[in-house]
Amino acid sequence: MPAIVIDDLAKSYGELTAVDGVSLEVGEGEFFGILGPNGAGKTTLLEMVEGLRRPDRGNATVLGLPVWPRNADLLPRVGVQLQASAFFERLTAREQLRTFASLYSVPHTAADEWLERVGLLDKADTRVEDLSGGQGQRLSIACALVHDPEVVFLDEPTAALDPQARRNLWDLLSGLNDSGRTVVLTTHYMDEAEVLCDRVAIMDGGRVLQVDSPAALVRTLDAPARITVAPGAVAVEEARGMVGVDDAHESVDGVVLTTRSPGRVLALLAERDRLDGVRVQAGTLEDVFLDLTGRAYRA
Amino acid sequence: MSARGSGRSAFVALSLAIFKGFLRDKGAVFFSLVFPLMFLVLFGGVFSDQDQSKVDLIQVGEVRLVDDLPDGVDDAFAQTFDVTTSDDLDDALEQVRKGDADVAIEQRGDELVAHYTQTEQVKAAITQGTLSAFVDATNVAQLAAESGREPTYSFKAERVEDESLTAIQFVTPGLLGWAVAMSAAFGAAATLQGWRQSKLLRRLQLSPVRTSTMVAARIAVTVAVALIQMTIFLGLGAAAFGLTLTGSWWMAVPVLVVGTLCFMSIGLLAGAIAKTTEGAVNMANFFVLPMAFLSGSFFPLDTAPGWLRAVSNLLPLKHLNQAMLDVMVRGEGPASALVPIAILGGFAVVVTLVAARLFRWDTT
Repeated sequence: MPAIVIDDLAKSYGELTAVDGVSLEVGEGEFFGILGPNGAGKTTLLEMVEGLRRPDRGNATVLGLPVWPRNADLLPRVGVQLQASAFFERLTAREQLRTFASLYSVPHTAADEWLERVGLLDKADTRVEDLSGGQGQRLSIACALVHDPEVVFLDEPTAALDPQARRNLWDLLSGLNDSGRTVVLTTHYMDEAEVLCDRVAIMDGGRVLQVDSPAALVRTLDAPARITVAPGAVAVEEARGMVGVDDAHESVDGVVLTTRSPGRVLALLAERDRLDGVRVQAGTLEDVFLDLTGRAYRA
Repeated sequence: MSARGSGRSAFVALSLAIFKGFLRDKGAVFFSLVFPLMFLVLFGGVFSDQDQSKVDLIQVGEVRLVDDLPDGVDDAFAQTFDVTTSDDLDDALEQVRKGDADVAIEQRGDELVAHYTQTEQVKAAITQGTLSAFVDATNVAQLAAESGREPTYSFKAERVEDESLTAIQFVTPGLLGWAVAMSAAFGAAATLQGWRQSKLLRRLQLSPVRTSTMVAARIAVTVAVALIQMTIFLGLGAAAFGLTLTGSWWMAVPVLVVGTLCFMSIGLLAGAIAKTTEGAVNMANFFVLPMAFLSGSFFPLDTAPGWLRAVSNLLPLKHLNQAMLDVMVRGEGPASALVPIAILGGFAVVVTLVAARLFRWDTT
């Protein structure tokens, strides 16, 4: 039985259609990503599935139970992290987590364990207002998980974090579904979805455009690889004449060769001893997005 | 764990979280405790002199009348006059002229001569009237002693707790009412707005905690803060400024609780209307501060024009202050607070219903 079933959900705010008929299934223990640019409707979709917003149309079940209206039997089995830092003002990290533990009738020891697990033990007595962005996100994730829910929703947990903090958080997130827990995460970072998610739904304009594993999405696209060599290593004209090269152009990094047979092109470059500063980039989700929407991705 | 048990642990956890948040909010603590106490100290200090001030009297040389006052009369004399003695009439007159003393008396034969200025007409009148009354009383006592007959009429003064309470008696209930109103309204407004801004309200909606438990925790903390305010006010008033409570002062506790609910509802309304936390607190201030002036928190309304008193009757703070004044210092029975409690409760219900209609879970 799938953990989450979404059937034709739709929601409008006045003239604006935020979510326009979305149907999805998320399997038990799956790490599922909803990927899309800002304003794609990710958060509205998530909030309807969490049971925070009433859909205009369609319905959703989590663990076989309808999410609307508010279902007191379902809530203890679900964990949520909302986009903003939803904290009690002026409490310390430990007090914050213990308060949430009590709301779910979970002992304080569980709160202290999670404090350690998200690496905030040395910040236990720091007030939430004084935590850094990354620390705040860790605490907020711990608050979502302190009662050991079967399903957890994370709404853009790495938004507004610097790259270093983002990568640190990935280590924590990637282990969340190890024990069979289902994780649903929204993000506007392509690389994040690629690293963390078993399957990704690409969303834009309130609709789901494609659902599959990141690798399969890139594969089906048959996106060309890009090979970049150091400036001056090869002339643009010469590159265009090489067998297997579809196109070549100059960029700030050097000369970029677009190809569908990167192996052969690399061999040719090696033959001519032109591999200085070579960089190979395979097709990415970004290319998938471009292909699906016909426009560049704006995070 | 049973649903009831989990409800209780959630209630305790939420109450503790809110209370800690309050204690650590320097601004909130200042405005609900320190700021009103500053007014109490100010008013208590400024006005305490005025009420208890006696007439400063200088007795020049030997004045038999004063020395030989009959029993009972001498007490009354001591209550009216603050007596110092002097042998130098010129010096005494100079003191009266400069206003350092109110009156100088000397005895010339059987005649009591009082020297005073007309600058302070009230004190001059008191002095004149009182001294001649003491002369009469002494005469009567002497005649009675000589004739062996008791006088037909006698006079006995008994104090009644009247409208003109001493300053501290008046300002303590009013300032306490204002302090409670302010912290209840601000607390409710800031919590509602703050929790909505941070999406904590949404987050709690997705926890198994009932809305009624959340509301109960917020009420419990606000009522606790109000009772702390009351304890500090009454403690300081009694210890430093001679505040004396009358019989059924304990009735102020239920009055305060209902008053707290009433002003929480006003705070909820402000929190429901405003779009930011600052806006909510400002709006609560906008409701409460003018109300404090019009409800006798800072000065009595007894001498205010009739239309102003009519307006003040529409304000809940007026009824809160009135009820506390009645039971705490005017010696009224517990029943006197029932009508104000009903009025405050009615306000609370109506305003809460309006706030509930305007309530939104999100800012957007």
